[in-house]
Amino acid sequence: MPEIHEYEATQYDVIVVGAGHAGCEAALAAARMGEKTLLITISLEMLAFMPCNPSVGGPAKGVVVREIDALGGQMGKNIDATYIQMRMLNTGKGPAVRALRAQADKAAYHRTMKQTIEQTPGLDLRQGLVERLLVEDGVCVGVVAATGARYRAKSVVLTAGTSSRGKIIIGELMYSSGPNNSLPSIRLSEDLEAQGFALRRFKTGTPPRVEGGTIDFSKTEEQPGDKAPHAFSFTTPDSVYLKDQLSCWMTYTNETTHKIIRANLDRAPMFSGVIKGVGPRYCPSIEDKVVRFADKPRHQLFLEPEGRDTSEYYVGDFSTSMPEEIQLKMLHSVAGLEHAELMRPGYAIEYDVIEPWQLTHTLETKVVKNLFTAGQMNGTSGYEEAAGQGLIAGINAALRAQGKAGFTLQRSDAYIGVMIDDLVTKGTNEPYRLLTSRAEYRLILRHDNADLRLTEKGRALGLIDDDRFAAFEAKKHAISAELARLETVRLRPRDVNDWLAEKGAAPLKDGVLASDFLKRPEVSYADLMQFTPAPTPLDHLIAEQVEIELKYAGYIAKERQSIERLQRMEGKQIPARIDYSAINGLATEARQKLTKIQPETLAQASRISGVNPADVAILSVYVTQGKIAKVKPA
Amino acid sequence: MDSTITEYDTIAAISTPPGEGAISIVRLSGESALETAQKVFKGKDLSQVPSHTINYGHIIDPDSQQVVDEVMVSVMRKPKTYTREDLVEINCHGGIVATNRVLQLVLGAGARMAEPGEFTKRAFLNGRIDLTQAESVMDLIRAKTDRAMQVAVDQLDGDLHHLITALRQEILEVLAQVEVNIDYPEYDTDEMTTRLLKEKAALVLGRIDELLATARSGKVLRDGLATAIVGRPNVGKSSLLNHMLREEKAIVTDVPGTTRDVLEEYVNVQGVPLKLVDTAGIRDTEDKVEKIGVQRSREAITKADLVLLVLDTSTPLTAEDLGLIQATAAKKRIVILNKQDLPDALTATALPDVPAEEVIATSMRTQQGMDALADKIVHLFMQGIDNSQSQVMVTNARQIGLLQQAKTSLQSVLAGIEAGMPIDLVQIDMTAAWDKLGEITGDAAPDELITQLFSQFCLGK
Repeated sequence: MPEIHEYEATQYDVIVVGAGHAGCEAALAAARMGEKTLLITISLEMLAFMPCNPSVGGPAKGVVVREIDALGGQMGKNIDATYIQMRMLNTGKGPAVRALRAQADKAAYHRTMKQTIEQTPGLDLRQGLVERLLVEDGVCVGVVAATGARYRAKSVVLTAGTSSRGKIIIGELMYSSGPNNSLPSIRLSEDLEAQGFALRRFKTGTPPRVEGGTIDFSKTEEQPGDKAPHAFSFTTPDSVYLKDQLSCWMTYTNETTHKIIRANLDRAPMFSGVIKGVGPRYCPSIEDKVVRFADKPRHQLFLEPEGRDTSEYYVGDFSTSMPEEIQLKMLHSVAGLEHAELMRPGYAIEYDVIEPWQLTHTLETKVVKNLFTAGQMNGTSGYEEAAGQGLIAGINAALRAQGKAGFTLQRSDAYIGVMIDDLVTKGTNEPYRLLTSRAEYRLILRHDNADLRLTEKGRALGLIDDDRFAAFEAKKHAISAELARLETVRLRPRDVNDWLAEKGAAPLKDGVLASDFLKRPEVSYADLMQFTPAPTPLDHLIAEQVEIELKYAGYIAKERQSIERLQRMEGKQIPARIDYSAINGLATEARQKLTKIQPETLAQASRISGVNPADVAILSVYVTQGKIAKVKPA
Repeated sequence: MDSTITEYDTIAAISTPPGEGAISIVRLSGESALETAQKVFKGKDLSQVPSHTINYGHIIDPDSQQVVDEVMVSVMRKPKTYTREDLVEINCHGGIVATNRVLQLVLGAGARMAEPGEFTKRAFLNGRIDLTQAESVMDLIRAKTDRAMQVAVDQLDGDLHHLITALRQEILEVLAQVEVNIDYPEYDTDEMTTRLLKEKAALVLGRIDELLATARSGKVLRDGLATAIVGRPNVGKSSLLNHMLREEKAIVTDVPGTTRDVLEEYVNVQGVPLKLVDTAGIRDTEDKVEKIGVQRSREAITKADLVLLVLDTSTPLTAEDLGLIQATAAKKRIVILNKQDLPDALTATALPDVPAEEVIATSMRTQQGMDALADKIVHLFMQGIDNSQSQVMVTNARQIGLLQQAKTSLQSVLAGIEAGMPIDLVQIDMTAAWDKLGEITGDAAPDELITQLFSQFCLGK
């Protein structure tokens, strides 16, 4: 083979490698912050592609979408423009865990994101396979593509997803491939190893797709979308809410399905030892479920349309890497799928990830400076997790190009902050998914207040325009004005006791503040308005904030208090070049872990497993001394 | 949740050496020091009194409103204090048992048991102590904290550990059920309802109440610590007994054998109540044949919470000595090497399987080592001694404090359900109770809840 001639191609401020959900956010953020940006990806057809389930949002993940939106990212706007169904989940529970989820039109989602990127000034989109990094003195200065193009830049973001030495497995069939039979990236992984990165193998999978015209929907249960309007983005008005939504459908596996699976476990790569990568516990294959929960007579399946202009249906919760022959038998045993035609078989995919403890909270690598990584290659799973990291990596790559200090989110700021802190502090032993239980302060990290938490930060970064910021400030003002009003209005017993009696609730003996009256379980904000109407009726989103702030004030205050304490610990910085071997009294395990993770603050150090309170105490004394803290020479 | 973030907690400890001094001091430091003390104090409003004043009043049990001790409370507001934080010192007058009870109440009111050196560490962190002292502060922390944590876990009685672990597991399963309903709303897993949550919270609360009842009306405090003095004849058991009874002149004679019919006697060692088991036996057997003596010793051992095993260092170990060492190995025990005034035929290192910290060298004749013995008894008592023969019980102030806090959280769970709060908010308090119980057993594992979630339920795409 003739040798490839390398040539000097265009110079950029920021280069983003990979155009999945992380790469798109990273490139858009960098370009919007004024940096000349290149987004280079293996296939333009795979831009913002959804290789697994056709949905965005849900518990924790839906909050991330709103957080991305509040910071000026694109995912919320893109799904608002392309969804085919929208549902609010957990409506019967408290405000902290309500979650929005949309079914996406996959093709439209890809197309719309591609258009946005094409139309963004200062952002070039190019198809190309990046094979190695340009690194000078430990600093990344660009990338080299397979065509020989050398792109130079001030900073680089890698978002390789599951392409890194990807390998697809379907029963006995195994071949080198990226997601959905795309080209894998082999050389880049080798180059990362050569640069000194620790990599590991993860595994994930996807279920089969079947032809909708061959599904007997009468044997399944319909799951329609919501009538009341919702949107992910702050900027999407209720008026554009989609009326004509598509339904999802629910069915179940049965004993026959399980028999087929059990009879063929010797051909299941998960059990025959073929798959070596670590798969996620929360996203098990159907064969895994049948083995681990043997006494469960049936498992739920969701049939989800992949879009308006296609008859492909995604068979949710039926992820499998069984041989195609067995997949067909399994599918045909399920009610409604007796005659379903298989369009794409399910498969497992193994891929390289970089151990995320090699990153800082800005997602810059500690191994190579000015190099940032985001998304699935950092060991996460999920479009939303990827997009959240992509946004943070893109912002920081731009800030680096501008010579400015990094931008980070704390655990008490956002789910994105929880995720990144978990990754860089603890690493992960399986593909990492956000769950609400990972957040200590989920009552503060709600989806309904993501704009209030983060819009100002997005504005400071230059990612929120004037109009939107003015609308945000108006909303904020309206909330505090109404809170202040309700904290001064008094309700007398004779105003409300008839109404309370009707409700079968205890009457008032004395007058109360309207704000306290709202704390009673039987009283909603809407109820309160009949006794003391607002001067002008409030938008439902503003009313919701007022209601939550007052109704759950006790719990909110408790969480805020513990956040304050956390923030004081987060404020205690550990010098970057601290020499842990020079600190007397640290336990050996703590010394090793601290040296490996290099925590940035005392709070982070305290979250490292194997670093016990005595070690934190010593470190705290040591760091506080300042003057005598020994650092390694630069 | 953030239990590792301890820098700004309000901490408390008994800051005077244990003993029957006239006054013992329970010290609190931290931003809620005044507030916490006020919860158990009846007297002036501490938040209103001037700084650096001493205030008369009573410590009361906030649950029962019973007076625990008559006290003087010093209030010192930051920054002119030892730790440069708000500091409260409760001067107790009621002896070690009352002081221990005051500490328990303060811990129950929200303070955390201070770790060794922690007051000094805070003084340093807040700039009170000179930089040159830093290294020694670190040494202090290193030397003491790990060991203190180990001790705290070691002293957990097996049954208590088992019980707390079981309670935590009960809560954990509930938490996982709530989580699965939140994170996987469409799954056909059973919905955790507030009714079920209430039942669980009430159940766990009931068990904690039972445990706390053992602490309060505990046998140790009520009856004294059942203590056996054992050893073969003529090693000095009677002298020890008499020393404790302070009846030296009346009883010890050159002629052996005044038999008494009394089976139990009570003594008070620096405020710690001891119930001496089979004192008649001690006197009986001193000059009977050795077999009977050993047999009777073994019976006493089974009845005892604490064993004082007396050996004679002027003679080599006998088979009887070795038998008693073995028979007491599983007990809380102090091995007393008596007759140090005589020529030495035995050293502590020659004792098989006896940890050095269990050994005290004494001479009953010269009174050498008698104070150290008393200190040792007090120390063991402060750590908490279990009466595992009868029931699971807690006697340790730290454990009691944490149980109190878990109880408060569970009460908040019930109050939240009563107030119609949604389940995911009520769960905040349920999780807090779980965390507090985890601090008792010291085995909170990372991602425990998430692991439970995925082993209990079949989830995912």
